[in-house]
Amino acid sequence: MITKDEIHEILTKACIVRSHVLDMTCAAKSGHPGGSLSIAEIISTLYFYWLKLDPKNPKWEERDYFVLAKGHAAPAQYAAMAERGFFPLDYLKTLRQLGSKLQGHPDRRSLPGIEMTTGSLGQGLSVMVGMGLGLRLNKKKNRIYGVLGDGECQEGQVWEAAMAASHFKLDNLVIFVDKNQLQIDGSTKDIMNIDPLADKWASFGWQVFEVDGHNIMEIVSTLEKTEKIKGKPCVIIANTVKGKGVSFMENQLCFHGAPCTDEQLVKAKQEIKETRGKIG
Amino acid sequence: MTELAGTRDYYGKTLVELGKENPDIVVLDADLSSSTRTGWFAKEFPDRFFNAGIAEQNCIGMAAGLSLMGKIVFASSFAMFISGRPWEQIRNSIAYPRLNVKIGATHAGITVGEDGATHQALEDISIMRAIPYMNVLVPADAIETAQMVRLAAKVNGPFYIRMSRSNTPLIFKGTDYQFELGKNKVLTEGKDVTIFVCGIMVSKALEAVEELKKEKIFASVVNVSCISPIDMDTIVKMAKKTGAAVTVEEHSILGGMGSAVAEILVKHHPVPVEMLGIEGVFGESGKPDDLLTKHNLNVNGIINKVKKVLARK
Repeated sequence: MITKDEIHEILTKACIVRSHVLDMTCAAKSGHPGGSLSIAEIISTLYFYWLKLDPKNPKWEERDYFVLAKGHAAPAQYAAMAERGFFPLDYLKTLRQLGSKLQGHPDRRSLPGIEMTTGSLGQGLSVMVGMGLGLRLNKKKNRIYGVLGDGECQEGQVWEAAMAASHFKLDNLVIFVDKNQLQIDGSTKDIMNIDPLADKWASFGWQVFEVDGHNIMEIVSTLEKTEKIKGKPCVIIANTVKGKGVSFMENQLCFHGAPCTDEQLVKAKQEIKETRGKIG
Repeated sequence: MTELAGTRDYYGKTLVELGKENPDIVVLDADLSSSTRTGWFAKEFPDRFFNAGIAEQNCIGMAAGLSLMGKIVFASSFAMFISGRPWEQIRNSIAYPRLNVKIGATHAGITVGEDGATHQALEDISIMRAIPYMNVLVPADAIETAQMVRLAAKVNGPFYIRMSRSNTPLIFKGTDYQFELGKNKVLTEGKDVTIFVCGIMVSKALEAVEELKKEKIFASVVNVSCISPIDMDTIVKMAKKTGAAVTVEEHSILGGMGSAVAEILVKHHPVPVEMLGIEGVFGESGKPDDLLTKHNLNVNGIINKVKKVLARK
């Protein structure tokens, strides 16, 4: 059982992650703040509570594997990794700049701790399926966690991979779908409706869970449940708000792939600071 | 009578040998395992074979994931479907992260024959060699195939090995030929022209050389079986020596092996070049030999190109 203190800690980290995401994308004058903010609680729960990791030894044999299939949310992952001690916080301000280890989308060759190079949507889950098969061949008990976007589920390859994961009975694989309901061109409902999403995953043979993607308690208790599922992969559909945590960014399409202005940054960080203050 | 053997047969056979030698060898296919001969591996090592079904993009992604877990992965299907359909997956999930995945592409080129244009990969060399870090190999015969498969298993990184459906003459039987990465071997030397050739056209080029001798034309033949990384030194050396070049491939002349050779010659030692291949059109159904003849991919076609380039010298 997660304690109240631990929940506070994760919520605080989610605020810090949000603050970094805004600073990083503003410094880079590019990047994807909206979809990074929507996964702040998911990524914080994973990096500060759930995943077995050793920041000092990213290749630790007993670690859990994490793959950010929706690679454009890299700022959130980078922020969590830096806070967790994978690399100096200083790196964060180099996001997307020439020569940086923090590429626009995660790159396993440039940054230790990134398990797989991602960003081209639809490809991450297939790789996770291969990783799951490899772990099984190696008789290893490590688990694989991933985050997909809801718009990403429009890619046919996601369903090829979904079919394969249940065909191969991969119970070492747990993914979140960050269902923030917005993609670059508009709402997923208008662009290409993916619903009923839970039914789709279930019909592909997955154990499906749904959570409020900003509720730590729900995320953690669901992750605990996934450990008991045998013979099939798990998907946690996380209902989230794009741009979550900054009032004027929430559900706003314009912040999908563009940072806020310098003025907006001050305001946004003030809001996050207030939220953090309320956590106690 | 020339002895024939299938490049895909030696591919399948070598995978089985490697499987016995190395428990880390893993093989994937996309529902064509009987045709690609990966089924032979599947039979011997069912636990290390995964059929992705008719889903090449996922097949490539799974291959990437397995390689991340330390496996040496061979992923196979027809050249058309394993190079074209998942091109971006190969680029972004295998070549960019430089993972240890080998793509065994069979049924390449126009000699797939009767299945027609949709199944005849004529662009795969072009699109594979455009990808950084991708090693692109085209064996001249079954013996070279086996050597390439063994080398690919040993050298960490992505490989594309392009094979045929039909059986082809065993060129290297009884020789001490040894394939080397980044090397293009001179098979025969003559002073007048160099024929740069790969794949099933190598045996035809060697035949053409014999015919040309009767007319006192002496041609060199270079087996450009390693298209990426390409052997610049040998290509330039032979162009300097002979002063003219003909490229021959069972592939589109747009961006293929001939283009790779021409790119080097233009920069380092410009000489007249004639290119023989599929002239920027789609294929069609037909018997493999009839299709080759239609596109002048035969001994006469090579001889004509040689004469044409000599006239430009």
